[in-house]
Amino acid sequence: MKNYMVSKVILRWSLLFLIFALLMGLYGAYIYIFGSVHSILSFRQCRPLHVSAAVFWILSAALGSVMYFCSSLVSSKMPFGFLWRLFQWLWVGTIIAIFLCFLFAKFGGREYWEFPPILSVPLLIAWLLASVNFFAIIKRINKPYPVYVWMWASGFIFFGIAFLESNLWLIPWFRSNIIRDITIQWKANGSIVGSWNMLIYGTSIYLMEKISGNKKMAYQNRSFLFYFLGLTNLMFNWGHHTYILPAALWVQHISYAISMTEWIVLISIFRSFRIKLQEANKYLFNIPYRFLLASEIWLLLNLILAIFMSIPYFNSFSHGTHITVAHAMGTTIGINSMILMGSIFYIIEENASEVLKRHRKWIIFLWYIVNISLLVFWLALILAGLIKGLAGPEQISTQFSQINAKIVPYLTWFYIAGFGVALALGSLALMAFKILRLNFKVPPNKI
Amino acid sequence: MKILQVRVSTHWKRILFFLLGIFFFGYSLIIYLYCSGNQEYEMSNAAKQGKLLWQNYNCNACHQLYGLGGYMGPDLTNIISNPNKGRNYAAIFIKNGTERMPNLNLDSLQISNILEYLDYVDKSGKYPDRNANQNWYGEINPSNR
Repeated sequence: MKNYMVSKVILRWSLLFLIFALLMGLYGAYIYIFGSVHSILSFRQCRPLHVSAAVFWILSAALGSVMYFCSSLVSSKMPFGFLWRLFQWLWVGTIIAIFLCFLFAKFGGREYWEFPPILSVPLLIAWLLASVNFFAIIKRINKPYPVYVWMWASGFIFFGIAFLESNLWLIPWFRSNIIRDITIQWKANGSIVGSWNMLIYGTSIYLMEKISGNKKMAYQNRSFLFYFLGLTNLMFNWGHHTYILPAALWVQHISYAISMTEWIVLISIFRSFRIKLQEANKYLFNIPYRFLLASEIWLLLNLILAIFMSIPYFNSFSHGTHITVAHAMGTTIGINSMILMGSIFYIIEENASEVLKRHRKWIIFLWYIVNISLLVFWLALILAGLIKGLAGPEQISTQFSQINAKIVPYLTWFYIAGFGVALALGSLALMAFKILRLNFKVPPNKI
Repeated sequence: MKILQVRVSTHWKRILFFLLGIFFFGYSLIIYLYCSGNQEYEMSNAAKQGKLLWQNYNCNACHQLYGLGGYMGPDLTNIISNPNKGRNYAAIFIKNGTERMPNLNLDSLQISNILEYLDYVDKSGKYPDRNANQNWYGEINPSNR
């Protein structure tokens, strides 16, 4: 199986999931702000459709990218090609089954994984099949491994563990105490996000190595320091979500201490600011680099927000408000999706640079629209969250609708900006989907 | 010498990876067993059924418990003990729905089970707890502890 072919199917599906997530996001936001319960799809259906499609866009694109780049590191064919094909069918088939369940209002799971829990079984099996292929490939890579291989491996291992953990509620003992139940739910979800970040940030480092040609970068002690910091955060940095629970206090202390390690990342970003600026001037012509650059700016903004949210006092105002949504959207669109789009355009560039050159101006235009819209979208959510958070004590005596009415102007801006994000990111996804449809055997001018 | 340095380095990286892994599993176990502190809230059978109904009807898509869930509807952590709302108020909403909340056509037993679950959640703590004690470095101690 050729390198390009390895990931083509899963990458194309991932782009379809992204387009679907954007459409459901627009629809869900419309019902949330302006609509009523008499819509074709109720909010309890379109919200999980939006969230799941976004999660599966991220996971599928990350898997497709990692397998493509891994296969590029070894010149031989994929060791278990049939397992990879089986993975693709099982993965995509289960995701479609999940979407159908939501369309027919069949639930049973919990936040972010609301589908009937039986569907977790094929998802986990599919993940194991992909993992077998991944570890069989990296065995053929020359040692010592670069940092991105460590990151990818950690992502594969810990996603499997965290996904299992997110299903522990199926055992009655785990769900019989709400404090334990919600704590484990946040713990598992935090580690799941940490795991896909490992796959995506690893991809980002791989891409920077290829774009800059600096092969030392992935072997430096500094890179490994940040890898282990990331791994520690994957394992333990979920606790700030549970400050508001009447759980044991030591959970809060450990969570607080771990969260504060994010300052190291923030200081490091500020320290390397001048180098990043020089780097940006040098590589800005490169389309995949543009997406990586955007992800770094979003990383900085979201890191500042995350540090505030990790301080218990501020957390008591931000938790359960649109500030949490701003952080989730800022990271999944601004960081994850930017890196993954960069990765997909890098793969396209490797296989059909002429096609990419022809679309260059259009891609740059859409890149600006996505990022400017996302900034307005993100700020509108933060403002809405601040108003809701500060109105917190009123909630006992005030009707929910009264508090909601105060934030509608900000949510209208959020919706308008969200339209811009969906239009531009959707257009980029559609463009990449069309280019990936081809096997590049045809002359580029026919594309 | 350089090769040796790289080998030693890889060796230490592996050790660090496994040590972190051990901490992770150990910490996970401690979380499972002791995270709820000394407070064990007994969940009745009706509340257990109510929890499953809560999930099967995806109430979480619109409502939050301890701030976790969608924002279409209000947080329901303390709906039962809220002096302006309470059990009957919640029952009417569940039974009839509103302009923004669907009528899920639940029977009286199902409504009662969901209310039992909400009652259980209510007794477990307070959210948002603005009377919580805060110390100089930002730690929050719930007011009911």
